Amino acid sequence: MTYLTDPDAQTQVVVSDVGYSVSTRSQNDTGAPRTKGRTRLTNRRWFVIVGGAILPVLILAAWQVASTSGLVPISQLPSPEMVWLAAVDLAQRGLLGLYVAISTQRVLLGFAIGGALGLLVGAVVGLSRLADILLAPTLGAIRAVPSLAWIPLLILWFKIGEESKIILISIGAFFPVYTIVASSLRHVDRHLIEAGRAFGLGGVRLFTSVQLPAVVPSVISGLRLALAQSWLFLVAAELIASSMGLGFLLNDSGQNGRIDRIFLAIILLALLGKLTDALVGLFEKWAVRKWA
Amino acid sequence: MPTDSATSTTPTGVAVSVEFGRLGRAFDPSKPVLADVDLRVEPGEIVAIIGASGCGKSTLLRIAGGLDTQTSGSVSIDGTPVATYDPRTAVGFQEPRLLPWRSIADNVALGVPRGTPKATARAGVDRLLELVGLADAAGQRPREVSGGMAQRASLARALARSPGVLLLDEPFGALDALTRLKMQDLLLDIHAAEPTTVLLVTHDVDEALQLADRIVLLGRADGDAAATVLETVTVPGRRPRDRGSAELAELRASLLSGLGIDRHGHARGIASSTTIPAFPY
Ligand SMILES: Nc1ncnc2c1ncn2[C@@H]1O[C@H](COP(=O)(O)OP(=O)(O)OP(=O)(O)O)[C@@H](O)[C@H]1O
Ligand SMILES: [Mg+2]
Repeated sequence: MTYLTDPDAQTQVVVSDVGYSVSTRSQNDTGAPRTKGRTRLTNRRWFVIVGGAILPVLILAAWQVASTSGLVPISQLPSPEMVWLAAVDLAQRGLLGLYVAISTQRVLLGFAIGGALGLLVGAVVGLSRLADILLAPTLGAIRAVPSLAWIPLLILWFKIGEESKIILISIGAFFPVYTIVASSLRHVDRHLIEAGRAFGLGGVRLFTSVQLPAVVPSVISGLRLALAQSWLFLVAAELIASSMGLGFLLNDSGQNGRIDRIFLAIILLALLGKLTDALVGLFEKWAVRKWA
Repeated sequence: MPTDSATSTTPTGVAVSVEFGRLGRAFDPSKPVLADVDLRVEPGEIVAIIGASGCGKSTLLRIAGGLDTQTSGSVSIDGTPVATYDPRTAVGFQEPRLLPWRSIADNVALGVPRGTPKATARAGVDRLLELVGLADAAGQRPREVSGGMAQRASLARALARSPGVLLLDEPFGALDALTRLKMQDLLLDIHAAEPTTVLLVTHDVDEALQLADRIVLLGRADGDAAATVLETVTVPGRRPRDRGSAELAELRASLLSGLGIDRHGHARGIASSTTIPAFPY
């Protein structure tokens, strides 16, 4: 086959040993895809970062304008500068670092305990039909209890110490992990499990070689969910009974009308939540590359 | 719960016999799939099982490997009843069933009997990958290789077990004609070097004629609900057989007719329509 092409002509003559045909097409149709050899804009690192920052910057600008122009009274909407000064003030008193640290510690401890228990109980319920029959209904009922309902009970049992908060956060972290692990283990490809067994795997070896790797991606999304829940339950716990932490800051500032500190606490919660989620996201990337 | 029986008996690689005695299997009591299957496979023999789709070939193979249990009759390997996931057998499944998160080499290594020294296992896997032509794909993941390559990896995994009985369910189904012939020859080479007993399910009569000592035709006799052994044919001549011999051609025609295909390649019992259906189909 021979192609006689003239780059300037819109007409292309194709000559072959079978016959010949004339086709009129636009040049775009015949050329290679334009993006070939170049990464698309949406795949570029700098674009992803800049793109994600556009909206926060716009919000900040709108906030600045709204609060300084007198459009909204200062008592309703403090300016960004006031929030910044509140942060500096709290930091100078040594409270900002303390509150952030204690809240983060509570979340991480509760998340670790709840997540680990969720993995364990989820694995047992997902792998054993008997455990499923015995445990699943009860756990389902416990899960249905709204988080705030636990607080009075936990305070009565454990007083207003660290235990009551960490237990509450653990409850919050436990259920997403438990639910996802149990259900994804139940749905691991039966063909693969059978192949594993046929090649002599059983018990722990079958679990580590077939079932666990098969559920890794969904387990990690369960962990992400659990982390978000942990922050949620943290604020619930600290709002109601605490003397330190971001939830306490929120509650205390609400009672004293310190709207700048309320804004500060909310922004800190957003940043911390996003940061810890990003860490799990990194772990997810690594795990998916390794297992899936 | 199936027991992890791999530790009780180690596969030895010595060919053993398989015997089905009046074996039956019904998933639904009113619709038996297999009934009264009688078959003895001698140690080192290659037996091909052919039959129409859905007649129970895979089911029979799975029962022989202890992946499924019969509802009546018996099945034994080397004179003793088949255990759950019997370690004396290795299965090449109809689908590759490779673990997606493991490399091809690690998938083949799954077949190596436990307790094999690491270095021996590694060498064995490398040799098998070489044999099935996957040495270059050793480090790739199953989703990165073609369907035919995955099927060859699955075959290598079964061979890695050096089992007493090799159970192959359409092992060459996804291969192109040339690779298929190569793999058939490979199977025969391996069998000549280590003569294990082979039970091979295939759709391809020529493949059965080329590979098997005997061919078992599975199917439903007129009026029966369940499939059974309709015919057992001993293939004449020694391997490798001449793919074009007249004797085999005659046998081929008779087997095809057993599968319900006449000499001109038309399916019997299926009305051939010559008119194109009118629009509202
Ligand atoms: N787990 C199961 N539950 C219910 N019915 C089943 C099950 N496995 C197989 N069957 C039925 O048994 C029959 C035989 O299935 P089998 O897979 O053995 O056929 P086959 O001969 O291997 O077919 P093919 O050549 O298409 O692979 C089919 O009718 C199928 O519906
Ligand atoms: Mg089948």
